[in-house]
Amino acid sequence: MEAPLIEFRQVSKIYHMGDSVVIAANKISMQIQKGEFVAIVGQSGSGKSTCMNIIGCLDVPSEGQYLLEGQDVGQMNKNQLAEIRNKKLGFIFQQYNLLPKLTLVENVMVPLMYAGVPLRERKQRAMDALESVGLADKCRHRPNQLSGGQQQRVSIARALVGMPSVILADEPTGALDSKTGREVLNILQGLNAQGNTVVLITHDNSIAATAKRIIRLEDGCVVYDGPASDPRAFVRGGMAAGEIGGGQR
Amino acid sequence: MNFFESFKMALSNIRASKMRSFLTMLGIIIGVASVIVIVGLGNGMQLYMTAQFESMGTNTLSVSIMGRGSGRSVSVDEMYEIVDDNPEYLDLLSPQVNMQSSVKIGTDTSSYTSVTGVSEDYFRIRDYSVSQGRGLQYVDMLKRNKVCVIGSFLNRTYFAGQAVGQTLKLGGNTFTIVGVLDEIADSTEASSDDYVYIPYSTAARLSYVGNITSYTVTVTDVDNAAASKQVLEDALFEIFEDDSAYMVISMAEMLDIMSDMLNVMITILAVIAGISLVVGGIGIMNIMLVSVSERTREIGIRKALGAKERFIMTQFVIEAATTSLLGGIIGILAGEGLSSVATVLITTMMQVDMAVTPSVASIAMAVGISVGIGILFGYLPAKKAARLNPIDALRYE
Repeated sequence: MEAPLIEFRQVSKIYHMGDSVVIAANKISMQIQKGEFVAIVGQSGSGKSTCMNIIGCLDVPSEGQYLLEGQDVGQMNKNQLAEIRNKKLGFIFQQYNLLPKLTLVENVMVPLMYAGVPLRERKQRAMDALESVGLADKCRHRPNQLSGGQQQRVSIARALVGMPSVILADEPTGALDSKTGREVLNILQGLNAQGNTVVLITHDNSIAATAKRIIRLEDGCVVYDGPASDPRAFVRGGMAAGEIGGGQR
Repeated sequence: MNFFESFKMALSNIRASKMRSFLTMLGIIIGVASVIVIVGLGNGMQLYMTAQFESMGTNTLSVSIMGRGSGRSVSVDEMYEIVDDNPEYLDLLSPQVNMQSSVKIGTDTSSYTSVTGVSEDYFRIRDYSVSQGRGLQYVDMLKRNKVCVIGSFLNRTYFAGQAVGQTLKLGGNTFTIVGVLDEIADSTEASSDDYVYIPYSTAARLSYVGNITSYTVTVTDVDNAAASKQVLEDALFEIFEDDSAYMVISMAEMLDIMSDMLNVMITILAVIAGISLVVGGIGIMNIMLVSVSERTREIGIRKALGAKERFIMTQFVIEAATTSLLGGIIGILAGEGLSSVATVLITTMMQVDMAVTPSVASIAMAVGISVGIGILFGYLPAKKAARLNPIDALRYE
């Protein structure tokens, strides 16, 4: 079997806040294969943000190993992490996080700029990405001229443009009404159908149900890891400890 | 991302907050402009002073005899002997006797006119030329003739340009005008054109001066002015055996001393103006720090999208340097403009023909310094920006 795209081996994240010690992630182990659509679900404080930061190479584990395409991310320095984020990860944020002073096409070009792609090719690829989310005609607009749903589509285009291994969506519908939120989820499902690996982070069960597989976190531990069709995916406590890990294909 | 793109990005960020950028630049603008104006003023003063000294003759030595008590003094003949004994150093000599008498022409009194007793060589020493009639002659000295040469102002104002052969009265004595000088200044009252020159011997007798105490001597070679001065001083020391009894001033030496003093003064002023450049630099640093705080989220986004520390750093340093450079350019334009205004003001208000001339070197230095300051003072905020943790920066509201 091919090496998993994302592999957590007993990953812990411990924060020291003054005298107290906060264990945000407690020996989490999981594997995500290429082409999966996984939702990481949990209430606030469950450790899902920590998980997402580690998967997104914005942070490194305190203990354990995180392998992305077989590479140990924990051993990398800041510049190498920046390069991994640039080449292998596409971020979609709750607040869209577009740069307000840049036009849409310039926003989408940013990751390519840091990747050193020449200007002409950069423009072409950014336009293609905008086209794929249906906003090519607005390429000269600035983010504040767009609705929330449109802005989120631009940020999806920006996440796609570098052809990353993983698309990481952090509460992508959190700031949207349910109708536009559904549209965004449809786009994510479409991207997964085209073969992209999508990791969705949310606290909302109904959003998480869009994914094919659910990983449920509580208090820094995985309490459910299995198909979204299992009703236990959406209840507190999840499954018995022994079953966890069996949910993978 | 190359340099040009960073530069474009910096420009668009500066454009996005015009007022703030301008206020940030103001320190640099004022600093650069004042350095340019001050250095220009210094250059102008230097040029003006050199011109003035040259018109007085940098090849002249002024001798003042104080004497030693009531005892030993030096006579005109002894002075001539000294000059004649040192032909390789000293050339022409003229005693100078300033008279206080009023000048009466017909029934008019010209109260600002200066009357000076000089030798026949005086006009050559000063490089004045006689436009009408003749100059003073040796025979006039010998016979103490009551003749005079007048300046163009008197000729024009009182004699309608026909002064030669006419007379004027100095303290009750009638003098015949034998010559008129070319215009030196602008033929205005109390200027170098409002002068009456009479033989020094006549002047000495009329004003009851026993010993003439003021002389002007020319040197044979300007480059040898210091040595010539030494020769003259040695000769005078032999007579007086006291170096406080006389004083010899070399115009060339004076010019050197004055320019040295002026240079020191201008350097000090330029340094003071330069301090405002440093203050301006701190202003830039301050605003860049604010800008880093304001753009924390942007920095977080850029880092999440793969910007390495070096990129963020370069972006902020280039932005600071660009702000500073723009300030420098505006400062140069302002400095040039102020220099022109100052030139007009000085020439019209002080009646002095002086141009404020900023030097190319000072402009180049101003630009260099302003960019340098931008980089220097942009470095710290840029480093702060580059070091931001992307997670915290993304969470920043």
